Amino acid sequence: MEIRKPRIKSIGYEEFNDNEYIEQLRKNGVGVVTGVLDELINWGRSNSIWPLTFATSCCGIEFMAVGAARYDFARFGFEVTRASPRQADVIVVAGTIVTKMAPVLFRLYEQMADPKYVIAMGSCAISGGPFTKSYHVVQGVDKIIPVDVYIPGCPPRPEALLYGMMQLQRKVKVEPFFGGVNRKEPKSHRFPAINPGEEPVFSEQFLRRETEPVKQDPTHEPA
Amino acid sequence: MNPLKAHLQAICPDAAFQDGSGPVLNMEVGPESLAALLPHLKNDPELLFDFLEDLIGMDFGEKVGAIYRFYSTRHGHRLHIACQALNRENAELPSCSPFWEIASFYEREVFDFFGIRFVGHNDMRRLFLRNDWTGYPLRKDYDLSSEANPVKLQSEPLKDITQAVVATQSGEISGQDRALFEKDEYVVNIGPQHPATHGVLHFQVSLEGETVRKVDVHCGYIHRGIEKMAESMTYPQTLAMTDRLDYLSAHQNRHALCACIEESMGLEIPARAQYIRALMDELSRIQSHLLFYACFCMDLGALTPFFYGFRDREKILDIFEETTGGRLIQNYNVIGGVARDLHPDFVKKTAEFIRYLPTVLPEYHAVFTDNVIFRQRTRGIGVLSREKALSYSVSGPCGRASGIACDIRKRRPYSVYDQLDFEEVIRQEGDAFARYQVRMEEINQSLALIDQLLSKLPEGDYCAKTKPVIKLPEGRFFKDVETARGQFGVFIESRGDKYPYRLKFRPPCLPLVAVVDPLASGNKIADLITLGASLDYVVPDIDR
Amino acid sequence: MFDFSVATAWIDQGLRNVMSPAWAITVECVLIGVALLAVYAIMALILILAERKVCAAFQCRLGPNRVGPWGSIQTVADMIKILTKEIISIRHVDNFLYNLAPFIVILGSLLAFACIPFAKGLQALDFNVGIFFMIAASSMGIVGILLAGWSSNNKFSLIGAMRSGAQMISYELSIGLSILTMVVLSGTMQISEIVERQDQLWFLFKGHVPALVAFVIYLIAGTAETNRGPFDLPEAESELTAGYHTEYSGMHFGFYYVAEFVNMFIVASIATTLFLGGWMPLHIPGLDEFNRVMDLIPSVIWFFGKSALMVFVIMWFKWTFPRLRIDQLLTLEWKYLLPLNLLNLLVMVVIVVTGWHF
Repeated sequence: MEIRKPRIKSIGYEEFNDNEYIEQLRKNGVGVVTGVLDELINWGRSNSIWPLTFATSCCGIEFMAVGAARYDFARFGFEVTRASPRQADVIVVAGTIVTKMAPVLFRLYEQMADPKYVIAMGSCAISGGPFTKSYHVVQGVDKIIPVDVYIPGCPPRPEALLYGMMQLQRKVKVEPFFGGVNRKEPKSHRFPAINPGEEPVFSEQFLRRETEPVKQDPTHEPA
Repeated sequence: MNPLKAHLQAICPDAAFQDGSGPVLNMEVGPESLAALLPHLKNDPELLFDFLEDLIGMDFGEKVGAIYRFYSTRHGHRLHIACQALNRENAELPSCSPFWEIASFYEREVFDFFGIRFVGHNDMRRLFLRNDWTGYPLRKDYDLSSEANPVKLQSEPLKDITQAVVATQSGEISGQDRALFEKDEYVVNIGPQHPATHGVLHFQVSLEGETVRKVDVHCGYIHRGIEKMAESMTYPQTLAMTDRLDYLSAHQNRHALCACIEESMGLEIPARAQYIRALMDELSRIQSHLLFYACFCMDLGALTPFFYGFRDREKILDIFEETTGGRLIQNYNVIGGVARDLHPDFVKKTAEFIRYLPTVLPEYHAVFTDNVIFRQRTRGIGVLSREKALSYSVSGPCGRASGIACDIRKRRPYSVYDQLDFEEVIRQEGDAFARYQVRMEEINQSLALIDQLLSKLPEGDYCAKTKPVIKLPEGRFFKDVETARGQFGVFIESRGDKYPYRLKFRPPCLPLVAVVDPLASGNKIADLITLGASLDYVVPDIDR
Repeated sequence: MFDFSVATAWIDQGLRNVMSPAWAITVECVLIGVALLAVYAIMALILILAERKVCAAFQCRLGPNRVGPWGSIQTVADMIKILTKEIISIRHVDNFLYNLAPFIVILGSLLAFACIPFAKGLQALDFNVGIFFMIAASSMGIVGILLAGWSSNNKFSLIGAMRSGAQMISYELSIGLSILTMVVLSGTMQISEIVERQDQLWFLFKGHVPALVAFVIYLIAGTAETNRGPFDLPEAESELTAGYHTEYSGMHFGFYYVAEFVNMFIVASIATTLFLGGWMPLHIPGLDEFNRVMDLIPSVIWFFGKSALMVFVIMWFKWTFPRLRIDQLLTLEWKYLLPLNLLNLLVMVVIVVTGWHF
């Protein structure tokens, strides 16, 4: 079988600099001082996104590959991976999150300092992926923590991760520091803070599975 | 009659024997006879089953039980013992953890999934699931709905007390509390999110200053329930799961499952497909060992070699990608052969690569292996004696570093390995440095293997024709292959359906994690990290 | 060669003309403080960028190249980010000490920074026991690190801090002794004097064997003192996540991060000052023409050039060697460096007394 090399269309790097969403946001004008400062701060934040070294499975290896010589996310200033969540800006959820890991992930997210971002890398983190019907797999990290960017793939190619992180940069640029919300997710009922010894109150339908695991029928009819 | 069978019959008269395939002896005994048989299996000079390959929990339908896979490194015998517990609700089996130390982990797994308690086991906790989990998921009557076990956002309560299951004089079985850590111990949690655990593993480490006193391993942070899912999947569907177990040996894992299914169906594989599989296996082995090198260096604090390892690994991934379309997870093996033929450039590129890698390996050694700090940090650290390694069922490069000749490619050749000429790398020291050396030497062996495979690569079909619906005959089927981390086993219990009744993988990494506690105790914290890196486990493979 | 004391004297005179001497001194102090802080921050930004570029070069990578030309303002973006990042207040910590610790670290390194002679006449603190003061000030940082580890209420932090304490107290000895060796050779403790006395020949060459030994020991101990690889045990990432500053976020963490890099520069500049002549150009006795040409290069360039070289060497260590284990670290110091150092000091004394140096 002959494999044809497809031409891959991509967005040029320059296009990431124009962010039409900002223009929409600023239709009605911004303050002279706060507008400029906002822009400066957002420029700083978007160009200095330090990831947490966090990986659970296969996608983690691709995450490491992005850090390695060929793909080198240091070019964007992402290479300062911090092992402590207190110092990280983005948590790249690379891999499946299972029921036992869910509280750990939630706690890691809570431990991060604002502003913090979440990237769901790979189909497991997005929806449970190939394991979505398992009894022990969380069907997407967005059930536990708010996700900014989803990167599909199993595992996503390194280019896809770079693309996702560039999309995150664009997203960071539209969040005003002054007059806006510094904290992305208002602490609503959706993601409540947990007091020690207290079970978090989550709406029941929120954490429920969308697809029930396939009940196994011990008497399979031979096809 | 088989002398082994006769000998076993003499010890255990009520055992039922079945004729298995090849040199394996199958027998079935009750729990009481098994308890009497276990010491003989370990110590009888004619039996000497020193290697407990696997312990497979089973829901036999009416009863639950387990299948033990024994192997004798002295005699080369293999023995499979099936044993059913008498009672489904309070299932109990005799524990073999006093004889084979790895059994304490295997039995915890079976307890976790099937609720079988092992009498004589002194740490009967769940291994993978949360402490507060309800039900035993691999039993056929398990309630899969999420109401029974909702996703909780509060971590499980970590208790310092475990239960030992003991039989009293009167034959009553009871649980006895046993403390894991004393009150005044300085216990540090390393993991589940920690840069050195290679994924999501959780060590509870008791420290005395910088010295490690005891390590308690918690697994299950990436337990994805693959074995249960496979029970509701057709055979071709189950293949996709294997790649995601040990993602660095993705191809080899899938090879094992494909080979197991093919053998049980009696399907003949075209020679070209066999060669392609072996080629890909060896390439995966090299890329896995390169990644080991990279991560080992990183864990020891030398960051630059990490990038060298990854740089050269990318070249293999390129070769993979061209042919299979996948970088890390290839989904290339299918039942009957491989999914598509090799890319026209494959042979050329691979030949180039095997000429390229030997030119950079000296650089690796110059930067890292010959460094005096590295040598001091790995020589004599975490010495795994041969006896300990056998008792813990350590296989693969770690086993070979401790002097066990456990390369499945040599011991029980599969695919085309019997037609190839290569050496089994064995070291006797058993320390971290030996494990490192074994892997680096295996890269060379794999390069030689690829060279031979390329020159012998036959023309022909790359895949045998299979029926659209694949069904296996009734029976139990086993297949082992040598992955980059050791013996990866597949067990299929088929009841004649297009779905497996039970599919079990023997993870090569579970013994490696089990061995962390005895090796780390008495060493420094930094040695714990060295050790973990030198054992080179992949956590999703442990947890499945 | 331009003497910066002309400029400083001119400013001083100008201020005294318009205000009383007391006010003039106050204003001068403020000016110097602001200038030092600014230089300190800029040095940190440059060093962090340099580190990232250097390590990228070692690792066959490109390093930052998207933010600004060749990634040159990458660290500015990082600074803005970290300044606007939340500082998490943590329950169950010793709040006062926890918040105090990063300031002690930054204070110690700032005080040592003030003693550095950047160029001829350009030195903020210069008095007769200058080098002594510098050692004292720079070792104050350890208090901050210990406090951070203790007050964070985190076991990793505590282990990191304890390692740091053991390491710093040990290597402080080597640093002190190797500096003492050079003080014996120079005969003074005043930093400006030390530099002035190297106008014939740098001490590294003047003191030949014992100076070279002291130089090597100083580099090893200095690297250990700054907690950089291969001696980065207190914050060993693969062992202790982030060591003593695990719990710090935002600018508090930024202080540690910045102090680490500036400390590296301080170690490099002390090495420059003591062994490589500070801002003094390369002079070879007898070659007057050559010496005159060397004098044409400004002293600032001499100083920063030599320091950059030293910084590069320290970075080179980090990106080449694996990390030591704690017992190996202490063995190296107490069993090898310290006896060698004492012996070396003796040799140097003999050489100075007998005049066997160049």
